[in-house]
Parts: sequence; C-alpha cells; structure tokens
Amino acid sequence: MYDTLIIGAGMSGLAAGIRLAHFDQKVCILERHYTIGGLNSFYRMSGRDFDVGLHAVTNYAEKGARRGPLAKLIRQLRLGWDDFQLRPQIGSSIRFSDAELDFSNDASLLESEIDRVFPGQIDGFRRLVSNLLDYDDLDGENPLFLRSAREVLAHYITAPLLREMLLCPLMWYGNARERDMDFGQFCIMFRACYLEGFGRPRKGVRLILKHLVRKFRGLGGELKLRSGVAKIKVVNRRAIGVVLDDGTEIEAKRILSSAGTVETMRLCDDLTQIEVAAAGQLSFIESISVLDCQPKEIGFDRTIVFYNQGPEFIWEHPEDDLCDPRTGVICSPNNYLYSPEEGGLSEGIIRITTLANHDRWSQLGDGAYRAAKISQYNAAVASSVEFMPDFRQHVIATDIFTPKTIRRFTWHENGAVYGAPEKRLDGSTHLDNLFLCGTDQGFVGIVGAIVSGISIANRYCLSSA
Amino acid sequence: MTPVEIREEIIDILGDIAPDEDLSDLNDGIAFREQLELDSMDFLDIVMELRKRHRVQIPEEDYGHLASMHSTVTYLEPKMKDIVRT
Repeated sequence: MYDTLIIGAGMSGLAAGIRLAHFDQKVCILERHYTIGGLNSFYRMSGRDFDVGLHAVTNYAEKGARRGPLAKLIRQLRLGWDDFQLRPQIGSSIRFSDAELDFSNDASLLESEIDRVFPGQIDGFRRLVSNLLDYDDLDGENPLFLRSAREVLAHYITAPLLREMLLCPLMWYGNARERDMDFGQFCIMFRACYLEGFGRPRKGVRLILKHLVRKFRGLGGELKLRSGVAKIKVVNRRAIGVVLDDGTEIEAKRILSSAGTVETMRLCDDLTQIEVAAAGQLSFIESISVLDCQPKEIGFDRTIVFYNQGPEFIWEHPEDDLCDPRTGVICSPNNYLYSPEEGGLSEGIIRITTLANHDRWSQLGDGAYRAAKISQYNAAVASSVEFMPDFRQHVIATDIFTPKTIRRFTWHENGAVYGAPEKRLDGSTHLDNLFLCGTDQGFVGIVGAIVSGISIANRYCLSSA
Repeated sequence: MTPVEIREEIIDILGDIAPDEDLSDLNDGIAFREQLELDSMDFLDIVMELRKRHRVQIPEEDYGHLASMHSTVTYLEPKMKDIVRT
C-alpha cells in the first residue's frame, strides 16, 4: 500500500514525488511512456540530442536569488542552483509585419523599446506593470484571475497593435484558451517572460530531468516506466488504487494525477460520462532544422522570436487546415550566453513552432501524413524567414513532430500542449483523495509545472498526512 | 536538547532549505521572513522538518512562534528538552 501514487513522470509528477519522498512517504510514480519528461522530454536521433517542448526555461533568476518561483522551487526540492545550470538568453524579439520590440532578462529593455516604438503608450504600460497580480494572489481565489486579459489590457493600452504584440509571446508560452486569456494567467506569463526572462541549461531539458529523477530515487521514491494507468478504482467515493495497462493492481491512500482533467476523469471507474468538449484545442507542429553553421553566422542572434503576419494576432486552432503558419515561434538554443568553459552548441539549430489542428493530422493515412510533414515544414519555414534571415540553404537535417506525435507520447487529449482552457486551480476533483497537478491545475512551462507539483503535494498530501 | 542545541538544529534545517544562504551572521532577534525572505511554504517546511527529524508536532495556530530564531528557540525549548541529540 502506497501513501501516494503519482500518475505521470513529467515535471510536476517528479516534483511532487520529491516532496513526498523527502517527507518519508511511500510514493510511486507511474509513467506510460518508456521515458520521463511528459510534455518536456528529449530524444536522440541520428546521433543528435533533441529537446521536445523546452525552448526556454522562463522565470530566469541569477544564482542565489531569494525571490521568485525559481528560487522557491529550488528551496522546496532541496536542489542547488548549479543543478539547473541555467544560462541567460542573449535577447528575444516580438516581430509583427510592421513593428518590432526587443526584450531580454533586463525588464527595462522592453520598457525602452515601447517608449521608442509606441511613445504615447509608455505611461499606460508602466501602470499595467504596477497593477499586475502578484504570484501570491494567484491561488485562484482572487476574482480578478478570471477576467479577460484583453479587456484589462485595453484599459491601460490604447494602441491595438501594442496590445497584440504584448499578448503574442504570452499566449504562445502558456495560454490554453483560444482568442483571449485569463488575466491571472496573463500576469503569471508576463512576470515569467517579460520581468524575469529566459534561460536554458547547455545540455537542455535532460539535465533538469536527470536531477529531478536522481533526487527522487535518492529519497527512496519508486519510478515505474512503461506502466500506464488504465483505471482508477473507486469505492464509496474514494480512490482505492489503480489498475495498470497490463492488469497489475496497485493500492494507495491517495492519488495525484498529472494526466490532465479530462484524461484523469476518464480513468475513474465511477464515471461513465466525461465532458470531452472541455479538452483544449490548441496544438502545434514543431520543426527542428540542423544547420551547417551557427545561426549568428547568417546574422541571427535572437534567442526567441515570436512572429505574426499582419497587425492582428490570431490565437485559435486552424479549423480548415492542418496548420496556420501566420504566427509562430522561432527558437535557437545556440543563442544563450553559455560559459566559456562549457562552450556553445556544436551545430546550429533553428526550431519553429506553428499552430496545428489535431484532428486533421490524426485523420491522415501514413503516406499523406509523411507528405504533410514535409509540406507543412516548408510552409512554416517560408513564413518564419519573413522575420529572420533565410537559413534554408544551410539546412543539413530536419525533424518534425505534430499534434499526433504529442498525443501519442503524452496521451493529452487533442495533443493540447497547454491542456484544458478551464483550469482546476485548487487541484481538487470529485473524489476526496484524488488530486490534479501539472498542466490542467493551471501552471504551465517547466517552472510552472514544477511549482504545480510542489504546491499540490504540500496542500493535499503533506499537511493533512 | 539545550537551547544552544535547538538553535544549531534550526540552523541545520535552514541550511537544508536554503543551502546557498550564509547563516553565520544570522541575527536571532530579526524575523526570518525579513532576513532570509522565507515565505509560508518555507515555514511549513521548518515545521515538517521538525516533525520528520524529531517527531515534534507544531499545531498550525502556533506557527507564529517561529518568526525569528529567538522566538523559535523559546517556543521549542519545552517541547524538545527531553530529546537527546544524536
């Protein structure tokens, strides 16, 4: 009998596991995939290491910082700053057809950029910044959390183009809702991206995952890979354990699931009707292009570029097409300030992400699917080179993953990277001893997911234990 | 444990929670919250570390006693006086 079973060995499940194992619980993490990481994973192909998910770790802080989510999670997990080896970004940009704003880990750069490009808006922008909700107000009980971010933004900023430009990176990096964003989520992402900034370990996401797993196992935690949960057994409105895909039954006093809200409800054997309509719709394709040179050699020194054709940023899944290449994210993992001792990455990498329709990708037969990967890669790159130097003649290898790939390895409904639009900020479910953490609890990104696992473990699995 | 030993134990717990902090010049009369910027999650951790290490139970209504080193040691003294340091 386990004290706590955790479903999913992604960032949130591993973080929750570390907290519980540290305080002497008998805890086991069950993962269906043959590797860890969930939405932030990694793979090796043709001798190269690739990351899935991680463009940047948001919420950047210098080593030894006391404040902010990164400092908090390092303390809570009893890790050291060196375990993350985060190196800061060089600098990122928001590029629309008619305007460009740069930002970096120094928040004053964005402010001066707004003053330069939108001089009449700077006072409104400063008032917006001083009226952002604080992280402490974001437990879901603040009534401002669910307000429309577009509405609040219009109150401070009268230039529509600036509103669209500010929303673009924040929606791209963490908005599960189509078209608009919850103001609370807007504040979280605004702080994470514009006030704190981006970093990355030289070795990518695998370094962070390696430290989390090592810590968890070192504390006596058990991790079972290839162990998908087929069913959560419910008796008298309490979860009593799980049944794995292979029929093995495991008992536990409580269960913490990072599988997603709809996905978890579907596992519960006391429920027959699940509202699948509540699942998220936003999924992506991402391509990785390996170059025969460093991106800087072709004049590209940006860490991340969030681009958009035209003045209006459209954040919805493409209804009638496989992909919508009008907006996207360009990321180059080369463009971080790695230390001289560790050196830069040996090969140039350009990653491009665009919006995609899960159902359309899933309906394609094998041949059509392979052909679509190539044609959609070409369309995404053609759109992106309007906003960066044309790198196409330097490409020596590519890989592309689609909503179908995301669904296949994460089991998230619709391959929805940021999960369902309606979050369960308190992590509760219809059962007294089944809780949600991870993407559908509300915090997204690497730091957000880890904080989610920690806070739900603290709230339900530790204080009451 | 004597008050001196209890203080050492709290320093050890703080060092565990915040390994990058220099605790050698900690002022016992000033709140942890101000000196180390500890938040409610960190205070919960001090409580849980005491429970884990010494089986000391601290009810939620008493958390306020853990504000500074001085108030913490004073509060813990009767609860930990019979604990033999290992």
